[in-house]
Amino acid sequence: MSSVKLTRMQSLKRNLANIKNGDLWYSFWRSPSAIFAMVIALVSILSAVFAPIISPYNPFDLAQVDLMDASLPPSWMAEGSENYFLGTDDQGRDLFSTILHGARLSLLVGFASVIISLVLGVGLGLISGYVGGRTDVIIMRIADVQLSFPAILIALLVDGIFRVALPKDLHDLLALYVIIVAIAISGWVQYARTVRSSVMAEKVKEYVQAGQVIGLPSFIIILRHILPNVMGPVLVIGTIHLALAIIIEATLSFLGVGLPPTTPSLGTLIRIGNEYLFSGEWWISLFPGIALVVLALSVNLLGDWLRDALNPKLR
Amino acid sequence: MISFIVKRILQSLLVMLAVALIAFALFQFVGDPINNMVGQDTSLLDREKLRQDLGLNDPIFIQFFRFVGNALRGEFGFSYVHRLPVSQLIGERFSATIELSFVSAVIALVVGVPMGIYTAINRRGLLSRSFMTLSLIGVSLPTFLIGILLILVFGVSFRWLPAFGRGEVVNIGWWSTGFLTASGLKALILPSITLALFQMTLIMRLVRAEMLEVMRADFIKFGRARGLNNRSLYFRHALKNTLIPVITITGLQLGSIIAFAIITESVFQWPGMGLLFIQAIGDADIPIMAAYLVLIALIFVLINLIVDILYVRIDPRLRTSTSGSGGQ
Repeated sequence: MSSVKLTRMQSLKRNLANIKNGDLWYSFWRSPSAIFAMVIALVSILSAVFAPIISPYNPFDLAQVDLMDASLPPSWMAEGSENYFLGTDDQGRDLFSTILHGARLSLLVGFASVIISLVLGVGLGLISGYVGGRTDVIIMRIADVQLSFPAILIALLVDGIFRVALPKDLHDLLALYVIIVAIAISGWVQYARTVRSSVMAEKVKEYVQAGQVIGLPSFIIILRHILPNVMGPVLVIGTIHLALAIIIEATLSFLGVGLPPTTPSLGTLIRIGNEYLFSGEWWISLFPGIALVVLALSVNLLGDWLRDALNPKLR
Repeated sequence: MISFIVKRILQSLLVMLAVALIAFALFQFVGDPINNMVGQDTSLLDREKLRQDLGLNDPIFIQFFRFVGNALRGEFGFSYVHRLPVSQLIGERFSATIELSFVSAVIALVVGVPMGIYTAINRRGLLSRSFMTLSLIGVSLPTFLIGILLILVFGVSFRWLPAFGRGEVVNIGWWSTGFLTASGLKALILPSITLALFQMTLIMRLVRAEMLEVMRADFIKFGRARGLNNRSLYFRHALKNTLIPVITITGLQLGSIIAFAIITESVFQWPGMGLLFIQAIGDADIPIMAAYLVLIALIFVLINLIVDILYVRIDPRLRTSTSGSGGQ
């Protein structure tokens, strides 16, 4: 097993070297929108990761929250307080800090569910494409069926079922994991289908036959030789899926079946703000909304560029 | 052709059975249905009798068959929260969701198709580029945010349009319609635009991609060589060949629109099935969840089945080669 890991490290390094010297790097520096998106994405990701250090307040610490400061408008408005740059929410939490922490949760859910989805989808795709036969038919039928439903609906259904199936006191505690699993389950099909068709194209090539002839075990052929050759499209799907996962998480939280208000993600914040929309407190939902769009848009732009860069046909 | 249809129908039945199993499992594993039905003052003996009468002591597969039998007749029992038959609750809200979805689909098509044609014909035009950029923003903008923005602008700031509810409705039999009253139509505007936007960008991008594909085909070049003018080239030849996949995808998207209506209905407090379902998740109201699960699966499976069969009928190329393997 360790030898597999080692060679994977090496092939990763090789890939990295290829990326640096190759087309991708070149096209990146030539595409203003890619650079712009990368900068925005990096800034949002870094500020989310370092939220506890950057943010002026800790929204989860009840001692720092003063209900008297609830629903203050942003600092540049007449009634705003200069202590709170973007104002406060209904519980008196500093909105700027809450957004940073919320983005952190949104990204965590996004990355975690994309990684699980990717491993699941790529794994099933490899098996389906390499083994073929009945295994392939079964996996692809399930994929077909799932693909006919929108991902967000699948995530909502899985999340809803877990939610009612778990005892009440558990589900706030496990909400984070439930939502990650729900989004992960909703997203594996794209990976599986793409990987499967690439594997079917790869497995008839000479290097695979050579591997089979010298008696390498199937899993080594699959993991060491085929996998690196089918990862390109997976990277693209993964990037676009990250944006989608962030949006799905926000939507579920907005619908009230995602993360609870005690540990709000961006979607939960927008939901909280939505209740105060009619009483004129627009900032509680608008600023988290802007943060969400900027995050999703920058990741989407990156994915778009990556797709064009890796697919010369589209240029 | 026949064997393809039979295979697809069997596959659809299998999917429905699987969904029914999930819905049934919900009833089995979540809470005690007796506790959900009776108050605390019911004695143990009465509970046991009720359990026996409802057949909850029967073997599990008999209970499952009974569940499927009831589901086929549209019966899912009583809602734990509303204390009303689920079929009645869903029936009341069905028309609200269908009307909203229908109007959105029409908006998406009427706006999306021309935009797609335009961006395909004037690929490098300024307007095309801004359409494409807007559509990328549209994809990154979650439905609920679009809804909130529309509410903020038209409902709260300008107060031009109602931002929640359905307005006045007129009942025609069991179908309640908002088409016949001014307030009903007004209430429809914001939610239907919200629901339509995402599908619109999708249809636009699809029409554009298909159109560009067709424009590269030999028969278009030949048409040009024959000296056909642009208009007949674009609309009589290219567009016609573009429409088959567009119709297919649009048909498939009908299901998505109904599913996405969950979000729009929540934002606008639109009294449809989606809102009912979301509230049911919050209340752990399993009969409603189960019924919605089965209903939405049925809608999707039916739409897919019809589109698949139509597609094979419309496109003769598919009839011979892949008659055994649908969904390719």
